Amino acid sequence: MAKSTRLSNDRPSPRDGRAAGVPPDRQLEMLYYMRLQRAVEDRGVKLYYQGRIPGAYFTGWGHEAIVVGAAAALGPDDLLAPMHRDLAAYIMRGISVGEVFAQFLDREGGPTRGRDGNVHMGDPRRGILPFISHMAASVPVAAGMALACRQRGEPRAVLTYFGDGATSTGAWHEGVNFAAVFRLPLVLVLENNQYAYSTPLDHQTAARAFVDKAAGYGIPGVAVDGNDVLAVYDAVAEAVARARSGGGPTLIECRTLRVRGHSEADKFSYVPKALLDEWAARDPLASFERRLRTSGVLTDENDEAMRARVAQEVEDGLAWAETSPDPDPRTVADGVYAPD
Amino acid sequence: MPQLTYLEAIREGLRVEMRRDPRVFILGEDIGVYGGAFKITEGFLDEFGPWRVIDAPLAETANVGAGIGAAVMGMRPVIEMQFADFVTDAFTQVVNMAAKYHWRTRMPLPLVLRMPYGGDVKGGPFHSQCMEAWFAHTPGLKVVVPAFAEDAKGLLLAAIRDPNPVLYFEHKHLYRLRREEVPAGEYVTPIGRARLVQEGAALSVISYGWMLHKCLDAAELAAADGIAADVLDLRTLAPLDREAVLGSVRKTGKALVVHEATRTGGVGGEIASLIAEEAFDSLDGPVVRLASEDAPVPHNPGLEAAFQPTVGEIAGAIRRLAAY
Repeated sequence: MAKSTRLSNDRPSPRDGRAAGVPPDRQLEMLYYMRLQRAVEDRGVKLYYQGRIPGAYFTGWGHEAIVVGAAAALGPDDLLAPMHRDLAAYIMRGISVGEVFAQFLDREGGPTRGRDGNVHMGDPRRGILPFISHMAASVPVAAGMALACRQRGEPRAVLTYFGDGATSTGAWHEGVNFAAVFRLPLVLVLENNQYAYSTPLDHQTAARAFVDKAAGYGIPGVAVDGNDVLAVYDAVAEAVARARSGGGPTLIECRTLRVRGHSEADKFSYVPKALLDEWAARDPLASFERRLRTSGVLTDENDEAMRARVAQEVEDGLAWAETSPDPDPRTVADGVYAPD
Repeated sequence: MPQLTYLEAIREGLRVEMRRDPRVFILGEDIGVYGGAFKITEGFLDEFGPWRVIDAPLAETANVGAGIGAAVMGMRPVIEMQFADFVTDAFTQVVNMAAKYHWRTRMPLPLVLRMPYGGDVKGGPFHSQCMEAWFAHTPGLKVVVPAFAEDAKGLLLAAIRDPNPVLYFEHKHLYRLRREEVPAGEYVTPIGRARLVQEGAALSVISYGWMLHKCLDAAELAAADGIAADVLDLRTLAPLDREAVLGSVRKTGKALVVHEATRTGGVGGEIASLIAEEAFDSLDGPVVRLASEDAPVPHNPGLEAAFQPTVGEIAGAIRRLAAY
């Protein structure tokens, strides 16, 4: 069967106009986190090819606008259930760059202290559910986190990211349906990157668009350009407000392309060159930079300062991670159970 | 002391803990207006309201997952599987999400899954299974199996207060079998401790759940022949009370392990290995297992009787082992 090329983002997002109301310093902050995600992952790729990252390594190249735009729309009391291409969201919610590198290097200083690897991390103390390898397994759990907010009358939202492949699982359906039935404060951010490993959209769903599924659950759905950070921010901010006010879940389909392999072991030769070229021209960082230049928010001066800050944070983080010890092998069976 | 059925003891335990702790809530299919398939939560919706007695969609993954999410947030969810068999639909949530949560995060996950399980209820292959070994094999889960009404209440309170995911296997055949004395109010039966129900020097009979009662009947038959057996109710399968097992076997020198779950890969094999490794010098005979046949649970009553260990078979095994 032909690889899918039917996804189109040529229509402008209807939300662009209102997103322009985001203050300049917030826009610069979004650019900063997008650059930080790419810089950390870029360094991670190098470490991987140097053989210093055990196991697999995953990046979110091409996803930065979705990751950052969505996480930026959360308030300090909101909660997050990310997946494996959402690196900046972990950092924006409080996991340090040093902890991220310690996780990649399987050190004691990582959020899972070497128990789990690569992007399989999180920290419930900082409101981040650690995800597991089973795609969409976090969606019903995120619904349960939203349930607890609803039971206690707390005006908080829970945001979960997932990919197009995850929508094919029973866990995804059950989680979305559960949240919809009880009108729970859940924001569902679909990163439609057109490939689940090598599986294209037309092997993932027969639906015309994923966003159409929202109607089947009785919840609002909106599709946005996943390479436009402000469009993502705007759609998620509206969904977060709806969630907090008792309006229930929203499905937001963010359309992009994964421009590297599923993991670094995957050379993604199955993606047509023309499709890669088309989306490379719409790189979310480059297009946001152009936009901020045009509006005068990004100047030579603050651009250079930001690049230096990103580079410094990556170097400092990696240096910190390298000082973190390997976990003590004698602790291998510790912590399986919580103490009474 | 009030006389309650095993089912009433579970209901009483739930009610006591929900009144005491506002974080406790129950979620499951048909548990609200209808009061549950077995009527355990009858009247709860009126007392506690729809956000603490949640009539859930037909979706085990969502229901267990939602319980995990609420527990992550500091609630104390009790999720009812209408029949334990249906937990297969939530397997990933139980063994991957819940079981590994503390190990990955060092945070508690106080989750209870109520698992109505077991045969002798004319339920057939999808409403009668004993699946405790799957979960006892998974690090991070606790597995409790009360045999008596008093323990049904005390272990339920312990399970709800435990900071770990606990699978609470309640036997459907025991629900309305008889009335037993059950203390009123709050009390906790500690997880991880077996109980010596009956003492004797000839051999150790080790069991749990519905089979424990068959073992007691069989031990009574054997006692008429002058064979006095220790009868040990494990009560908890994970963590296993190794010292109770070994203490009894070191005293008697012989062990018979009986369970309703199928034989191969069952908890009985684990107990037999434990005894062989740790108490070999005390043994005066082989460790004997009686378990259900390695087959799905049959529907026909005659077939089911042939499938499960009977009182007669257990009594026979006791006599043979005592004479060894």
